[in-house]
Amino acid sequence: MPVKVFMEALSPTMEEGRVVKWHRHAGDSVRAGETLAEIETDKAIMELVARADGVLTNVSAAEGTTVPVGREIAAIAVPGEEPGSPSSPPPSPPAPSLPVDRAAAPSEAVRSPAPAPERSPQPLSTEAPPGARARVRASPLARRIAQEAGVDLKVVSGSGPGGRVVRRDLDKAREAPLSPPPPSRPVTLGAGALPATPAPLAPEGGYEDVPLTQMRKVIVQRLAASLGPIPHFFLTVEVDMERAMEARAALNARRTPEDRVSVNDIVLKATAAALTRHRACNAWFVGDHIRYWRDVHLGMAVAVEDGLITPVIRHADRKSLAEIGNEAKALAERARARRLQPAEYTGATFSVSNLGMFDIDQFGAVINPPEAGILAVGSVLAKPAVVDGQVVPRQRLRTTLSCDHRVIDGASGAAFLKTLKEMLENPLAML
Amino acid sequence: MATLTYRDALNQALREEMQRDASVFVLGEEVGVYQGAYKVSRGLLEEFGPMRVLDTPIAELGFAGVGVGAAMAGLRPVVEFMTWNFALLALDQIVNSAAKIFYMSGGQIPVPIVFRGPNGAALQLAAQHSQAWDAWLAHIPGLKVVSPATPADAKGLLKSAIRDNNPVIVLEGEMLYNTKGEVPEGEHLVPIGSADVKRPGTDVTLVCHSKTVAPALKAAELLAGELGVSAEVVDLRSLRPLDDATIIASVSKTNRCVVVEEGWPHAGIGAQVVDIIQREAFDSLDAPVLRVTQADVPMPYNKHLERAAKPSPEKILAATRRVLYLD
Repeated sequence: MPVKVFMEALSPTMEEGRVVKWHRHAGDSVRAGETLAEIETDKAIMELVARADGVLTNVSAAEGTTVPVGREIAAIAVPGEEPGSPSSPPPSPPAPSLPVDRAAAPSEAVRSPAPAPERSPQPLSTEAPPGARARVRASPLARRIAQEAGVDLKVVSGSGPGGRVVRRDLDKAREAPLSPPPPSRPVTLGAGALPATPAPLAPEGGYEDVPLTQMRKVIVQRLAASLGPIPHFFLTVEVDMERAMEARAALNARRTPEDRVSVNDIVLKATAAALTRHRACNAWFVGDHIRYWRDVHLGMAVAVEDGLITPVIRHADRKSLAEIGNEAKALAERARARRLQPAEYTGATFSVSNLGMFDIDQFGAVINPPEAGILAVGSVLAKPAVVDGQVVPRQRLRTTLSCDHRVIDGASGAAFLKTLKEMLENPLAML
Repeated sequence: MATLTYRDALNQALREEMQRDASVFVLGEEVGVYQGAYKVSRGLLEEFGPMRVLDTPIAELGFAGVGVGAAMAGLRPVVEFMTWNFALLALDQIVNSAAKIFYMSGGQIPVPIVFRGPNGAALQLAAQHSQAWDAWLAHIPGLKVVSPATPADAKGLLKSAIRDNNPVIVLEGEMLYNTKGEVPEGEHLVPIGSADVKRPGTDVTLVCHSKTVAPALKAAELLAGELGVSAEVVDLRSLRPLDDATIIASVSKTNRCVVVEEGWPHAGIGAQVVDIIQREAFDSLDAPVLRVTQADVPMPYNKHLERAAKPSPEKILAATRRVLYLD
C-alpha cells in the first residue's frame, strides 16, 4: 500500500492550505523527513515533509491549489510497489483527521464527498472539513509530559524518525528559560544580557497561577456581561519623548543604517522593563484563574499583506535594546515573508501595537487573548507643551493601554503606564 | 560467601535438597557413574546410592515418563536431560503429562518434578543441537520455567524448583557451567517469578535472561563508557511466571527498552515482554521497544556465521542507540 500524503494541519488553526510549490514531483524518490512541498497556511508558509521513503506518485493538488486539511494530495509508493498504481479506496476516512473534531463539524461537510476541485484558485472554506487535523507524531511519554506541562505538541518540532516528538525535544524546549534572573539584575543597553535563544515553551515554574477570589469572580461576571467576552477599558497617557529622541539620535550616530534603533524598539524595551515591575499587567486570563507570568514575552503586532500577526520577543525583559531591535527587525521581516514558525507567534504575555508610522496620533488596540493587556503606540509628533511655565515645542507620544478588566484594574493599569512614562521620559531609568 | 562455578552451585543445590528431603532423587543419562555429562551430579551416587541416583537408557520419553509417574506417586524427581535439544523427544511427557495431570485430576494429583539441563547454543554444535526452547516451554500453562544466569541464582532457583509442587523447567547453559560467582551457603532460595536488577540505571532498560545477561552487562558497560548512558540490566530469571512488576517499574523509570534473548525472534520471550510493556507502561515509552535475538535461521555450524547469528554486546549496543535516538 502506498503511504498517502495528506494536507496536514501545519498551524494550530489551519483549516486549509495552498500548495505554493512542490519541491518533489511525481516519479521522484523521496526520503522520510524530506520537504515535499511548501504550503501556505493561515499564518505562514510551512514545509510539508514526507512521512515515508519511496517514490512520489498521484500528485493531485497543483501548485496554487487550496486544499482542505486532511485531504489526500499525493502518495508515496514504498519500494517494490508499482509506483503508478492508484491507491485502493480507503476503508475508513483518512487517518489524520481526528474523529473527536468531527463532532464540531457541520454535518454537510461530513456527508458530502467533496471531490477535490484541484484547479480552483479559490479558498475552499465551505467544503473543508473544518475539524480535520494532522496527527502529531509523538512518543507516548512525550504526549504525557506535554499534557502535564500544558504544552501544545504542535508547536514542538520532533527530532525522532518521521518528525516524532520525543522526550528530549520537550526537555530541550524547556531548558533555556528554567532559571529566571534575580529581579535586581541590571539590564544594560547594548551589551550583556542573555543570548537571544528562542524558548517556544512555557518554562515549568515560569509563572504563578492564582485562583480567582470571590470578588474577582463577581468582577469577571459583571464585566463580561457588560462588554463582550473581554471587558476592555482604555488608559491613555502622553509621554514627553524629547530625551528619548536625543538618546536615540546619539545612539544611531554611531550605527550603520541597518542597526539603527527605532522608536518602536525603545517602546518595546521600556514596556518590557515596566512589565517586570507591574506583574498585574503581564498576565493571562485562563478561564478559572489568572496566570501571572514571571518572564516577559512581548508580542509585537506586525502588519502583513492581508492582515496582521504578532511575533513574540521571548524574554524581552532580559534583552538589551540592541538585541530587541535586531530581533524585532528579523521577526518583522519573517512575518512579512510569511515564514514565521508557530512557536514564533504564540505564547506572548503582553503585546505592543504601533501605528506611529501611519501618523496615527492615538488609538485603542484590541486585546489578543489570553493576554490581559496591549499597548497601542501612536506617532512621535512635535507639539506645544508647557515646560517650566513656558509653552515650548516638544516631541510627544500618545500611548493607550487596553486592559482586560477581569485581570487589570484601573489603578494597576495606570501604575504601569506611569512607570512606562517615567522610563521613556528618562531613558536612564531603563538601565 | 564461597566462590563457586555455576555447575558446582547446581551440584550444591541438588545435594542440599537430597539431604533435606529423602523423597528427592535424580535420574537421567550418565548422571550416576559418569557423574553427569557436565558433572552437575558429581559425588551424588557415592553419597546417596543407586536408589536415589538413577542412570537411565538413552530414552528421553521413557525416563521423563518414569519421573512423572514417580512424582504422581509422591516422590520429588529431578530429571536431567543431557541437553534440552534431546528433550524434544520427551515433550509429550512434559506437556501432556507433567503440565496437565494436576489440572485434569481436579487438583488431586500434584506433579512436583524438575526437568533440568543445558539449553540453547554452545559452540559449533550445529543447527540441531543449538536451540533455545525458552519460548516453547514458557508457552505451556501448568509449567513453571526458570533460567538462572549466575551461580547464586542457579543454586537458589534449583532449590526453589525442587520444593515447588508444580513441574518446573530449569534452563541451564553449557557455556554457563564454568562461570564463577559468589554463592550463599546453605538455605539460599530465589523465589520463582522474581526478576533481578543486575545493574541499576536510568536511561534505558536491557531485559535479558540466562546467557544473554553477560552480553547485556557488557553492553551496559560500553554504554556507560562510550556514551555516558546509564543502562539498567533486568535479568528475568523466571520466564513463567514473568515478573511483570519489575519490568514495568524499570521501563517506567527509563522510558526505553531493549529485550535480549537467545531464542528466535518469532513469538519469542521478548515478544511477551514487549506485550507487557506496551500494555502496562505505554505512557512511559519514549521509543518503540526493540529486540535482539538469534537470527531467524537454523544455527549455522560455520564459526563466523554462528557468531553472526547470536546476540552480542555490539548488537545490543546498536539497538540501544536506536531506542535512545542516537543514530
